[in-house]
Amino acid sequence: MNAITSRRGLLKAGGALTVAFTVGLGPKGAAAWTEKPVAGDEVAAFLSIDAQGGVTVFVGKVDLGTGVRTGFMQIAAEELDLAMSRIRVVEGDTALTPDQGPTYGSLSIQNAGVALRAASATARRELLNMAASRLGAPAASLRVEDGVVSGGSGRVSYAELVGGRAFDLKVDTNAPIKPPEARRIVGRTVPRVDIPAKVFGRFEYVHDFKLPNMLHGRPVRPPAMGATAEAVDEASIRHIPGVVRVVHQGAFVGVVAETEWAAVRAARDLRVRWSSWAGLPDQARLWEHVRATPVAQVQVTSNRGDAAGAIQGAARRISASYDFAIHSHASMGPSCAVAEFRDGRLTTWSASQATHNLRKQLAMMLAMPVEQVRCVYLEGAGCYGRNGHEDAAADAALLARAVGRPVRVQWMRADEHVWDPKGPPHLVDLRAGLDAQGNIVGWEAEAFIPKGAGGNVDLTAAELGGLPRENQIHPGNIIHNLALPYTFPAVKTTCHRLDTTPFRPSWIRTPGRMQNTYANEAFLDECAAAAGADPVAYRLRLMPADDPRGREVLERVARLANWQARPSPQRERSGEILRGRGVTYCKYELVRTYVAAVAEVEVNRRTGDIRVTRFFCAHDCGQMINPDGVKSQVEGNIIHTLSRTLKEELTFDRGTVTSRDWGSYQVITFPEVPEIVIDLIDRPTERPWGAGEPAAAIVPSAVTNAIFDATGARLRSVPFTAAKMRAALQGA
Amino acid sequence: MTQTVAMTVNGRAVTVTVDDPQMPLLYALRNDVGAGGPHYGCGLGQCGACTIHLNGEAARSCQIPVAEAAGKTIVTLDGLGTPDRPHPVQAAFIAEQAVQCGYCANGMIMESAALLAKNPRPTEAQVNEALANNICRCGTHPRVVAAVLRAARG
Repeated sequence: MNAITSRRGLLKAGGALTVAFTVGLGPKGAAAWTEKPVAGDEVAAFLSIDAQGGVTVFVGKVDLGTGVRTGFMQIAAEELDLAMSRIRVVEGDTALTPDQGPTYGSLSIQNAGVALRAASATARRELLNMAASRLGAPAASLRVEDGVVSGGSGRVSYAELVGGRAFDLKVDTNAPIKPPEARRIVGRTVPRVDIPAKVFGRFEYVHDFKLPNMLHGRPVRPPAMGATAEAVDEASIRHIPGVVRVVHQGAFVGVVAETEWAAVRAARDLRVRWSSWAGLPDQARLWEHVRATPVAQVQVTSNRGDAAGAIQGAARRISASYDFAIHSHASMGPSCAVAEFRDGRLTTWSASQATHNLRKQLAMMLAMPVEQVRCVYLEGAGCYGRNGHEDAAADAALLARAVGRPVRVQWMRADEHVWDPKGPPHLVDLRAGLDAQGNIVGWEAEAFIPKGAGGNVDLTAAELGGLPRENQIHPGNIIHNLALPYTFPAVKTTCHRLDTTPFRPSWIRTPGRMQNTYANEAFLDECAAAAGADPVAYRLRLMPADDPRGREVLERVARLANWQARPSPQRERSGEILRGRGVTYCKYELVRTYVAAVAEVEVNRRTGDIRVTRFFCAHDCGQMINPDGVKSQVEGNIIHTLSRTLKEELTFDRGTVTSRDWGSYQVITFPEVPEIVIDLIDRPTERPWGAGEPAAAIVPSAVTNAIFDATGARLRSVPFTAAKMRAALQGA
Repeated sequence: MTQTVAMTVNGRAVTVTVDDPQMPLLYALRNDVGAGGPHYGCGLGQCGACTIHLNGEAARSCQIPVAEAAGKTIVTLDGLGTPDRPHPVQAAFIAEQAVQCGYCANGMIMESAALLAKNPRPTEAQVNEALANNICRCGTHPRVVAAVLRAARG
């Protein structure tokens, strides 16, 4: 499959498309750099049909390696009755695609897929009406096969009806969509269109993108994160052939060279006198630092009854604190971008998950009109949130402006580990009151997490260079799932939104929702143990009666794992290897995807080594577009989050990050991956929800609950290292 | 001081001109030879994204000075097989859909193909061990292992 070749062809053929698109439409927003309609209420924003019957789908959400491109193609092919091979997809190009917000939050299918479905259904209805007049037969009597309408007096193709002209049509969100029994493509496993090119080394990642006359740049970052460059010794790299320029503005330093290797050497050898800086907290006292950080805002996310009073008067009270370490995205491929200035306009190619936002940020940083900036998405290495791609684009833009030629920037490994924005430290205090029978009568949770939500994470180059930026922190929407999907008689959940956090924060897969679920579900397990109750039965008793889908995922994961009902911890705790199982349930953000898990672990009581041996998951995201795509996402969520749960932890001294590579920031390896068993619940009559995040939420608590079941010792600090395990076993 | 290095890449004799013989082979393959498979991941030999076959052995091209490749025979992912004549591991990766972002796939496939050349019927544990120093962040591990075992079954 040559989806990428097609896309490249399309970019090159942009001129022809422009003509086709502007016919009859007039100069919409003539000042804006758009080459076709991009407003989200226009069918033409999402779809075009060329004279050969080829269909181009335009989406604001991008494929971050998740396979969602294939899902979009399935949706359009289904509603328009087309072969998938007729469809190509353009993603995340500010001149061509609608602004559908950043690709985050497990929302691509749920929002952009549903929008594309409505646009496609609207287009189909219009095409059938046009065909009805042409063929002299009622629209309802017509059949469509691969873009050819037949009935009445004969046949007419979509290409003959509209080929080459833009739709002038508003999206009707009530246009009829295919009922489940009529679907032939959606809901069935379809091979991903990108995989063959990736397997044959022919896929064009942003890392492979080249422009004529392109130079290579590398940033030279401060050795202490807040240091400034007092002097730059350009003579120190004069011996390296091909160096073109050293760019120095405040603490932003970068080199540009004719070849990539010259840029790497120049960045490595450039002598810079940096000021000293030691503004990071002491890592050994991180949680004290978090507790002492001023609170900017207090948000109560659920409040029913008098939780504090109920706990105070309870027969039994328990409390615990759970913490979750600072994480790096630690992307497999370092951030990369190409920037070009031409005729006063800037174009960047990057793997940004939010090109429309990046466009505004670059315009602000460079004091350019936003209309003069175009940001184009090209796939990079897997991205599980806002990592460094936008920052690489900003680096490339600053360097390209300085040299007047296109510049490609690719970060080195340490640039990525040290300078990507971080998943912030997350701390939750929990208290519960139990009655004499072990029922929870009151529950209080207090999270200590940075302020902000899902806005634009400041560009590193702007920050270091003292250039215009928003100067706000945006850790993602991290308050969700502190409120619980259970029927406690009294509950209060509170988020203390901290004014600062040690590192520039951003969202990493399932931000906050995972950490809050971890704290809640582990503490609920503590309550079940205190009550002497089976952890599955204890949860089922707390399920709201009007939420049968939640009950079903929990019951199904218990069956899948052959769950034997009994309280935790298990009684048999002799021998060196202890075995246990733990459960977790989550209703994502309390309004969408249901997911439940059982983890099985082995703990070596002598060494403290923890091995997750099997992981079971039941998953209900409503309608599935590509079931194998969903399965792949669920597997990815589980393995990625096991890595975060068991191994990952940013380390730092007072000046900078010290976990700078894969040796000092360790991640899960092949021998450590458990057997994974997944039960996907398909609900073709329901709306589709996301699958890219929810199954991450249930991982850390399932693991700590299993460890408790095995050992009787409770781990409350992620990552669950062997050293923490040994310490907990000594205290148990 | 420039020098030329002659080698065979994917069956083709190539000569690259370099001004630093210590430049890692990876940069020559990507920027001078035009190989699309190997990628820079860490530059430290830790992740596997740059893996190639050097005289039939899996090797990390970010750790090999280009001068040391003189006279050697190199195969990259682009030359391992084609859509018409895929290497069994490539065909198995497609059959198992063993790719998400695919940035690691180069290393996974090249390392696995080298494993199967030496050990045509590895156990699951041997596959896990052979790939223990190849990093994947998307979580494709079970599919990768299934693909290698599928390729081994033939």
